[in-house]
Amino acid sequence: MSVIKEIRSVLALKCVGIAGAGGLGSNVAAMLIRSGVGKLIIADFDTVSIPNLGRQFFFKDQAGMPKVEALRDNLLRIEPDAVLQMHCVKISPENIPLLFSTCDVVVEAFDEASEKMSFISEMTSRFPKIPLVAGSGVGGTGGFDKISVVRSGNLFICGDFESEVSETLPPLAPKVTAVAALQADTVVRILMGEE
Amino acid sequence: MKITLNNREEYFEGDELTISRIMEIRSFKFKMLVVRLNDSPVRKEDYSVTTVKDGDDLKILHLVSGG
Repeated sequence: MSVIKEIRSVLALKCVGIAGAGGLGSNVAAMLIRSGVGKLIIADFDTVSIPNLGRQFFFKDQAGMPKVEALRDNLLRIEPDAVLQMHCVKISPENIPLLFSTCDVVVEAFDEASEKMSFISEMTSRFPKIPLVAGSGVGGTGGFDKISVVRSGNLFICGDFESEVSETLPPLAPKVTAVAALQADTVVRILMGEE
Repeated sequence: MKITLNNREEYFEGDELTISRIMEIRSFKFKMLVVRLNDSPVRKEDYSVTTVKDGDDLKILHLVSGG
């Protein structure tokens, strides 16, 4: 079997959870579907807005739609056979087990650092065996050589760990997508047993 | 003592130091930090009572907003 066929046959049997469907989550989802991941469980409570289009995997005519619904439509256009479980909910300690306990890998794709923090501590304490791929540092332009993935046990964090999104360091498509790509690549490597 | 701090070998005076002391020495002043000692999570309230010894692997990772 060719390497690409082997990768796709393994990924087809896997389930990945994504917490947040914004700049990181929507792009990670698209890349995982393109890579052949069989099932995604995605949760986000937000709706698509026009500024989101600067970096997120949505289209102008989807403004106002719940992100999980718009993302389902877009992912199914890539792969109509993908199994997608979309949840329009705010993620909390109460629903984390229900949403993500059956996943092979989970991706943290929140915007706020405090939400990243609580999701990471919740997941690593309650589900230490599920690999968790988080993101930190996606703002502005340049500094791509500082983007890395740091691993500690089953926790992987991707980003440059410093460029906090702000007025002066806005989230722009190239860097946000680069970190999303590193997250998606890390997920694939974990699922293929390379990490 | 020699420890691995964020994947780099680093030397500190003494045989052991608390995580709080290492944060002071290295000026880690950020609020949102993920701290892992030998791949186990360390909670904020335990920084001042958790000691790091020669050969330990310590990670102090900064979480920033954006995503």
